[in-house]
Amino acid sequence: MSGFTLPSATLLAQSVLSGVFVGALYGLLGLGLSLSWGLLRQINLAHFAFAFLAAYLCWQLATMGMDPLLTLALIVPLFFAIGAALQWAMARFAITPFNSLLVTFGLTGIVEALIQSIWTADVRKLESAYGEHRFKFVGLYAPLPELMTLGLALALSLGVWAVLRHTDLGKALRASAEDAPIAAAFGINQRRNALLLAGTCSALASVAGVCLALVSTLAPSQIYAWIGVVFAAVMLGGLGRALAPLVAGIVIGVSEAVTMAVTAPSWAPLVSFTLLIAILLLRPGRAA
Amino acid sequence: MSVPLASMAAAPGDGIRHAGRAGLPWRTPAAIVVAAVALAFVPLLGLPAFYDSLLYLILSWVVLATSWNILSGYSGYFSFGHGAFFGAGLYTTSTLLARFDWPFLWTLPVAAAVACGLGVAVGAVVFRVRGIRGEVFALLTLAVTFVLGTVIVNTPIDGGNGVSLAAVPVPRIGPTPSSTFYLLALAAAAVTLLVAWGVAVSKLGSGLFAIHDDEDAAEVIGVPTYRYKLIALAISCALAGVAGGIHALFLNYVTVGEVFTITVPLTVVLMSVLGGSRHWAGPAVGAVAITLLTYSFTAANHAVAGKALVGAILIAAILFMPDGILPRLQRRWSARRRDSAPTPLAAAAPARVAAAAGQRGEPLLRAEAVAKSFRGVKALDGVDVEVRRGEILGLLGPNGSGKSTFINVVSGHYRPSGGSIVFEGRELAGRAAHRIARAGIARTYQIPRPFAHLSVLDNVALAALFGAGLASPAAARREAMSWLAFAGLADKAQALPDELNLHQRKFLELARALASRPRLVLLDEVLCGLTPTEIDAAVALVRRIRDQGATVVLVEHVMRAVMALTDRVVVFDHGVLLAQGPPVEVMRRPEVMLAYLGQAPLPERVDA
Repeated sequence: MSGFTLPSATLLAQSVLSGVFVGALYGLLGLGLSLSWGLLRQINLAHFAFAFLAAYLCWQLATMGMDPLLTLALIVPLFFAIGAALQWAMARFAITPFNSLLVTFGLTGIVEALIQSIWTADVRKLESAYGEHRFKFVGLYAPLPELMTLGLALALSLGVWAVLRHTDLGKALRASAEDAPIAAAFGINQRRNALLLAGTCSALASVAGVCLALVSTLAPSQIYAWIGVVFAAVMLGGLGRALAPLVAGIVIGVSEAVTMAVTAPSWAPLVSFTLLIAILLLRPGRAA
Repeated sequence: MSVPLASMAAAPGDGIRHAGRAGLPWRTPAAIVVAAVALAFVPLLGLPAFYDSLLYLILSWVVLATSWNILSGYSGYFSFGHGAFFGAGLYTTSTLLARFDWPFLWTLPVAAAVACGLGVAVGAVVFRVRGIRGEVFALLTLAVTFVLGTVIVNTPIDGGNGVSLAAVPVPRIGPTPSSTFYLLALAAAAVTLLVAWGVAVSKLGSGLFAIHDDEDAAEVIGVPTYRYKLIALAISCALAGVAGGIHALFLNYVTVGEVFTITVPLTVVLMSVLGGSRHWAGPAVGAVAITLLTYSFTAANHAVAGKALVGAILIAAILFMPDGILPRLQRRWSARRRDSAPTPLAAAAPARVAAAAGQRGEPLLRAEAVAKSFRGVKALDGVDVEVRRGEILGLLGPNGSGKSTFINVVSGHYRPSGGSIVFEGRELAGRAAHRIARAGIARTYQIPRPFAHLSVLDNVALAALFGAGLASPAAARREAMSWLAFAGLADKAQALPDELNLHQRKFLELARALASRPRLVLLDEVLCGLTPTEIDAAVALVRRIRDQGATVVLVEHVMRAVMALTDRVVVFDHGVLLAQGPPVEVMRRPEVMLAYLGQAPLPERVDA
């Protein structure tokens, strides 16, 4: 049973910091999800499966002696292609948002089975040189892999934000999400843009996957463990936005970490899901 | 099979349609009961216990998928919270067994009640918020699942280690414990299928199918959407709770990770979508198929391949069979049958709109100081309108003057910000749209909003069922037939709305409005977009509606029709009443012409 104990200031600060790190991963996973939901009207559950597939590939390549960060050079283009191919199929069959959820759930099952048949259901942990480094500021520990995750999440979120806000491509994407027929009438090539965006989302999932491999253990069944909380971050932030998932992810990560420190780890999901329920009840239009 | 008096060409697949097979209404439930009784003898065959368990699992999934479908398949509110309701039943039974030593069978009604109470509590909040549909509803119910799971893990209900029921004796219903579970699940499945069938053919089911296609339009024709969704959720949860209660003892050792997950609801969705979520038996078909498939792969030590195959089947089903297996088979079967013998339609009784209950010319509806604002934009800024019994009142004004808002407020689609609306002596302002519909007010939409998955006949039958308050879907369909004849759509009765052209869709809107036997009909630009010949036909139809005793309020821009039809007109401009009186006189007033044309009047160019 959980007792309600007030932890020391250092412990609390360390919890907040680890919450930020976990939140960065939530945000990174949520980024592509939010973009494809908000801008392509697809609820892509396979996003999580792709992230895990990338994580396992990273693990495999790293075990074969490759630097984990260097694997990004192979993994990112591969997943860009996978995402674009999926989008091609989605457009070909004119899938509705709700059906996209079901289709990508089916795809998740297939990917899960694929992972399990190649790497078995055993838990894997990437052992890399990065994992041994950790920094210490004012009595707080910050492991290098977590710092890299935070850095990547920040850089990618800002990058996507800048593209959406300041480039013609970004404006075209937002216009298409707002009103597709009108955008098409103004000469926006939606098919190409959608392929590009879906590829990017899936590439973002693969980056999140590499981070996942760096900071966490891997098991095929864990794919489902991330879905709820990342969806909470996406909904909290609002759909189709670049910086919001990261901010919301960190808010959730920190509140979970503090909850864990104050009560017991098993209470953590309560925070994110209560938050999600509140958001959905108060602002249901957010997901529309 | 003897041909019943009013046998209808029942294309299968939808709730209201099942009732169309009016001849042998009890054939389906009788078949369910007979099948269940026959299957109850399976344990006597003395098969290995292992087969009992497999059959138990199949039946357990039949209960879960079918119960889920009662809310989610019929009304389109896809819940991802079925794991929570299943789990509520599971933990209710296991708590009562492990802590309070209840006899097992007595825990099942409590499990149903707890799950049902939980569902009603969730629904009472969630269904009140407009806009919680589709993905949002799915996510919300999923979040409820995780919250509940977290609470149970962290409280003494579970304590984090699970609950062991090893010491609890299995009641001796069947010859062996495994056959007992089989028989329990069989009984639960039979009850669940009976309930699912009963809901589908009842008024409740018809309302749920209408909610699936267009919830606002359903409410406007008189479906109490909030109450119906809540009832469907309550039934669905209670049945899931029973399944959970039985499963608790079957598992023997209960953990949160087993049920409060995303996999339970997704599996149930998969089964229903595969089998056909608009049919009462669809989820059962899907449950049998998926469970057998997963089992056969697990048994052959290919569990992983089985998982992949289930995923592939889900994808293939959605891409190539979006309606599901069962509706597709049925369509093929009924198409063959219809070729051989075209079924005659019921003879149409002469259509009559509600007989005038009062004196012609007396006030029927009085709107006073009615206001409606949208975040500071005053669409209606205190208008007074009186509608007199038996008249055709034209509601005119330039675009954005508040005409449609007025219709939306009177029909209850919008809640007025102020003022009162008295209809036949009763205050209607702020009442739910379905109550206003039942009070005797019907409306049409400017852009027709038919229920896309229901036939033209069923579209109209729904209005007769809910607006006019008929008791049974079969009676409503007979009534609807006469309204289709009235609107000249009799030969389109079995078509889907998509197959109609705009003119026919507008007439379908009219037939649907009339089938509720309203005393007041609000027509929102019925003529817009029609050709001159079609307008003439529509004008004649509106006259006939009035001649039959209904009062008509007409929002219209086609001046020719307004002049020809209306007894009086009221003109709105910027949300206020600008003028009212006889049409010819009002349209000549300078302020009216100014509002319409935006310039000084040029009287010589206006010919009435």
